Amino acid sequence: MSGDGHADEFEPRITAFVCNWCTYTGADLAGTSRLHMASNVRIIRVPCTGRIDPLFIVKAFERGADGVIVSGCHPADCHYTAGNYHARRRFALFRELAAFVGIDPGRMTFSWVSASEGAKWRDVVNDTVARVRALGPFDEYRRLVDLPDASGESYATIEGLLGRTAP
Amino acid sequence: MTEPHDLTTEAPEATTGAPGAAREAAPDRYPETGAPDETGDLHGVARHVLAKGEADVVIGWEEGRRGVRPAFVTTPDDVERLVFDTRCVHNLATYLNPRRRQVAALGRPAVVIKGCDAKAVAGLLREAQLSRDQVVLIGVRCGGVLEVAELDEPADLTPETVSPRCYRCDNREPHLVDYLVGDPQAEPPRPPKTVDERVAELEDAPVAERWHFWVEEFSRCVRCYACREVCPLCICERCVADKSVPQWIDAASHPRGNLSWNLTRALHLAGRCVECGECERACPSGLPLMLLNRKLAQAVRQRFDYVAGDDPEVPAPVGDYRLDDAEEFIR
Repeated sequence: MSGDGHADEFEPRITAFVCNWCTYTGADLAGTSRLHMASNVRIIRVPCTGRIDPLFIVKAFERGADGVIVSGCHPADCHYTAGNYHARRRFALFRELAAFVGIDPGRMTFSWVSASEGAKWRDVVNDTVARVRALGPFDEYRRLVDLPDASGESYATIEGLLGRTAP
Repeated sequence: MTEPHDLTTEAPEATTGAPGAAREAAPDRYPETGAPDETGDLHGVARHVLAKGEADVVIGWEEGRRGVRPAFVTTPDDVERLVFDTRCVHNLATYLNPRRRQVAALGRPAVVIKGCDAKAVAGLLREAQLSRDQVVLIGVRCGGVLEVAELDEPADLTPETVSPRCYRCDNREPHLVDYLVGDPQAEPPRPPKTVDERVAELEDAPVAERWHFWVEEFSRCVRCYACREVCPLCICERCVADKSVPQWIDAASHPRGNLSWNLTRALHLAGRCVECGECERACPSGLPLMLLNRKLAQAVRQRFDYVAGDDPEVPAPVGDYRLDDAEEFIR
């Protein structure tokens, strides 16, 4: 597992849930603009931040993510008018609940990145990677996931499923 | 039911009625009852409701083998079974949940509700799971219930015995009802440690300690879903926890799925939970679910200025939004 080495060798795995209309396009712009940024982020494109169930974040952690980014259109820019407003309320509550049960809020980044903000996306990614790297691998969650069940079997993490270590 | 709140101004006395169609029947409402005490009055209302055909079944509480239990009374002669005292912890509004098809088969219900239960009814109305004219609501004035209610006799509430969730109850006299019974009740005593204090204590602990605490608690979850089944506001026809394709929540009683499930349950009730405490009471493993509920209620109050009440016209905070909602956590 990637967290087994020294802290300075740790490359966090970040899952990003981004909306199709703003942040995904913004991230695309960052790429076509050849902006340099950390390569630790796997992007999952969804129609809208309103589509992102907080369970997505839980599942990402469960499957081995060290950090999660949720990003979408700025307020008043939502392609579906209000999806980001709903998401804002939902994630405000999820963030507090997650912190309450001991998931460090530093592992989660929420941002608005528009289609023209390639540079902001780069900063969001770099800052998140740096912050999560400082926090270290999310070993607590991984230990929880890997606890043997009653039959003695351990749950497959994504590395187990793919037979390799990532990234 | 047009004016859910005129009860507060019109019915301060113990035995008066309520708004809506029932009011016309007021003069001969309780022909057989003269008893001014709370239970007698409940009997009178229940008898009236059944005799006049306002409802086919009165759902209330009766003596059981261990404390009181929910009762389904279908004939006027049976209403003497009904009781109300500090052991009546159950939120009977859960029987109005549309998932309860067996209850629906009993016909038009009249439900005896405390203040917290009235909030749950309001939740069902708010979310269009129920229409007000489908149900007769018999409100009881409540001064709190016991934390451990499996007693043969009603007991007085003391700081040690009162359910902590009753502290600072803002709805000791339910609105929204057709009938209101019982005498005005005093405020419940303050428990040695309030739910808020327990939440604050946990919040003051370092993040790793909180994680440890909850992992330990959730590890005892047997995934019986009693918390979901008893909840008046868990209304989904098909729960995400029961879906296997894709399986968002691992079904086994294992810490990984237990965490997902308990986070999901709490979050799906955020801004909807009325803090009736039924999930925690029903939990066979004794998980402190009210701490999660309370934490979210605090967040909802602080962020969205919303407190669960029994006015169905006030929209719930999740599923609603304001343009100027705080977003200090978003960059």
